[in-house]
Amino acid sequence: MSAKAQSDDYFIPDPSPWPIVGMFSVFTMLMGVALTINGVGVGKWVIFAGLLLFAFLLYRWFRDVVDESLSNRYNKQVDTSFRMGMFWFIASEVFFFLSFFGALYYIRVIALPWLGGEGYLGSTQELLYPGFEAAWPSHGPGEMGGDFTPMGAWGIPAINTLILLTSGATITWAHWGLKVDNQKQLINGLIATVALGLIFVVLQMYEYGHAYADLNLTLGSGAYGSTFYMLTGFHGFHVTMGAIMLMAILGRSMKKHFSAHNHFAFEAVAWYWHFVDVVWLGLFVFVYWL
Amino acid sequence: MSTTTLTHDDAHHHETPTGWRRWLYSTNHKDIGTLYLLFALTMLFLGGASAMVIRAELFMPGIQLVDPDLYNNLVTNHALIMIFGAVMPAAAGLANWMIPMMIGAPDMALPRMNNLSFWILPAAATMLILSFVVPFFPGGGTQINTGWTLYPPLSIQVGMSMDFLIFAIHLLGASSILASINIIVTLLNMRAPGMKLMQMPMFCWTWLVTAFLLILVVPVLAGGVTMLLFDRHFGTSFFDAAGGGDPVLFQHLFWFFGHPEVYILLLPSIGVLSHVIPTFSRKPLFGYNSMVGAMLAVATIGMVVWAHHQYTVGMSLGAVTYFMIGTIIISIPVGLMIFNFIATMWRGAMTFETPMLFAIAIILMFTFGGLSGVMLAVVPADMQYHDSMFVVAHFHYVLMPGAVFGLFAGVFYWLPKWTGHMYDERLGKIFFWTNIVGFNITFFPQHFLGLAGMPRRIIDYNVMFTEFNVLSSFGAMIFGFSHLLLLYIVISTIRGGQKAKARAWEGADGLEWELDSPPTFHTWEVAPTIK
Repeated sequence: MSAKAQSDDYFIPDPSPWPIVGMFSVFTMLMGVALTINGVGVGKWVIFAGLLLFAFLLYRWFRDVVDESLSNRYNKQVDTSFRMGMFWFIASEVFFFLSFFGALYYIRVIALPWLGGEGYLGSTQELLYPGFEAAWPSHGPGEMGGDFTPMGAWGIPAINTLILLTSGATITWAHWGLKVDNQKQLINGLIATVALGLIFVVLQMYEYGHAYADLNLTLGSGAYGSTFYMLTGFHGFHVTMGAIMLMAILGRSMKKHFSAHNHFAFEAVAWYWHFVDVVWLGLFVFVYWL
Repeated sequence: MSTTTLTHDDAHHHETPTGWRRWLYSTNHKDIGTLYLLFALTMLFLGGASAMVIRAELFMPGIQLVDPDLYNNLVTNHALIMIFGAVMPAAAGLANWMIPMMIGAPDMALPRMNNLSFWILPAAATMLILSFVVPFFPGGGTQINTGWTLYPPLSIQVGMSMDFLIFAIHLLGASSILASINIIVTLLNMRAPGMKLMQMPMFCWTWLVTAFLLILVVPVLAGGVTMLLFDRHFGTSFFDAAGGGDPVLFQHLFWFFGHPEVYILLLPSIGVLSHVIPTFSRKPLFGYNSMVGAMLAVATIGMVVWAHHQYTVGMSLGAVTYFMIGTIIISIPVGLMIFNFIATMWRGAMTFETPMLFAIAIILMFTFGGLSGVMLAVVPADMQYHDSMFVVAHFHYVLMPGAVFGLFAGVFYWLPKWTGHMYDERLGKIFFWTNIVGFNITFFPQHFLGLAGMPRRIIDYNVMFTEFNVLSSFGAMIFGFSHLLLLYIVISTIRGGQKAKARAWEGADGLEWELDSPPTFHTWEVAPTIK
């Protein structure tokens, strides 16, 4: 660590090709999705190409950043910028989740009682769906997707809650290790966190399989199926991303990239992981339990 | 790449990059700002062209030029291109150019991400244009006939072009969020030492609030259109009453984004005015603190009044009353801003260059649009005006002066700083007058059309509306073609003209005017001292 890291010089990165490569990769992926969902066979390969390009891009962009960080080109101000940037990124993610939680709330508290004949718009029930009784879980007056069994809270979901909470503890333990430069504790803590994250994803996949095979609970199971899969699926996607980020951080820890005072990347991933954790608590309470 | 970054670790040493790499790989806030502005200008003409077709079609009753589906597609694309392609990128372009220079920072806080947030835009624009042209190809499905609000169930029935539109919105949202994160971080972390938040130039304040709004509401729109995508392709029933969902849910999600979006479009222009008016009145801005407070109030209240766009969907009386009162309360802080501008001009040594002319026009016409907004906010009255041409006239009176003219004022005000040349003042004034006269001839008659009962988004109309529509279309041609003059002025100012001084305007104040015109490639590499 030279003294340069703490200098007050401004840091401006050199021109970089990665942003525009990022544009091409994201465009290719979305193009592929648009083709695939409209039944164009080549779409899958377009998605695959986009994903490859995206992975390449992430690898090269982050490699540049890591190189810059290791050669001490970042000062305190850059570090603060990164921290604030990550914070506001997570804030935007919170609002993304809020839109799905909001949909769940609106359907359960406002829309469904109307369909059941309650309140201001209840009179439409007689005209459209006479005899429909609003009760959650619901697949609506059209009984979309046929009869289903809702997902219970105290099986796998409760275990998953414990797993994620434990993983939050292990990553904090890893952080404590890092803060006193105990690299062994850092690596062990991260390995435990990654393992717990992966177990969570596997259990979640098992739960989906169980729901489709045994409970007849599908994406098409009306409002319940829609909100259940959208919320848990979006969250599962975030856990997967988080686990990949943790693995990257684990790899960097093994290369001894982090020091007790300079480890923004670790903290950013830890914040993200805690955020995913907190969202899960919301899911457990509002999707599974209540 | 990595070897070069490793070898020279002196953060100061940057040569100006040249050739296409300068633009494609840019990490320079001025170049990225220029890219944003050029992109916005292109989109302005694209969106304008679709508006010209709409007005040409409405010149006479009957169906002459386009078929009804294409007409609705044009209406949809006009709105989306103008809002997401022209106004927001132009405001982001001004932010990129001006914010670092105003706060004494060498660049934006996260320059590579800055470039990413720009380059997502051309991808999004491609998606948007695809959504327009795909139906013309065999097997391309139906045209997007929903309008920019994309209400289900209609938007669920549209063909594959809707998917391109949904992904375009995802991309535009990602771009806005990244740009907003960058702007917030820049403003909070990169101010020159000694510059407190309450000493920031007003333009920076308006962008800080705008960026907060964007981070809070854009993800909700993204979530809403994602649910739409799932309803379209994966059998979910978020917006289907038969499955226990509700189409009105989408409207709530959309307008939770859509109403703050109005302030997102408006606030950067208010920021521009807060610089233009003091400069040409040769007085400091009246009531800086109250401006900041009013802006925060507008943003906060603006977040919780979204459903005034949906009075007619059948909400409870309590709900519509709340949304009505909330909406009308917003006129208080907005009025305060207007009065602050007028008080700034009061007894000032005023001159009337093009930016100032636009500023004064904004105060008059935006107030007018605000007043028709109060009419629309009143529930029983709105039941009559809803979905009529009155609404079209109202929001064009709000958004053209409130957003677009503010951006024009900013462009004319800062063009000498960017290019190092003064624009031709005579041409600027001609542009202003043709623009303003054309605008008013176009949109003023639409108030009467709406009050008389002409619905919007319909290709044909009753013959009794002919005269005012002819007038409106005539004005639209003046208004539309006047922008060619803008293009000419911008190009000729870039190419040459009278040299601009560092302080291009006599009364201008602020850090950006202490830099050369045009500024060097990197500015404020040593932070200025703030007194």
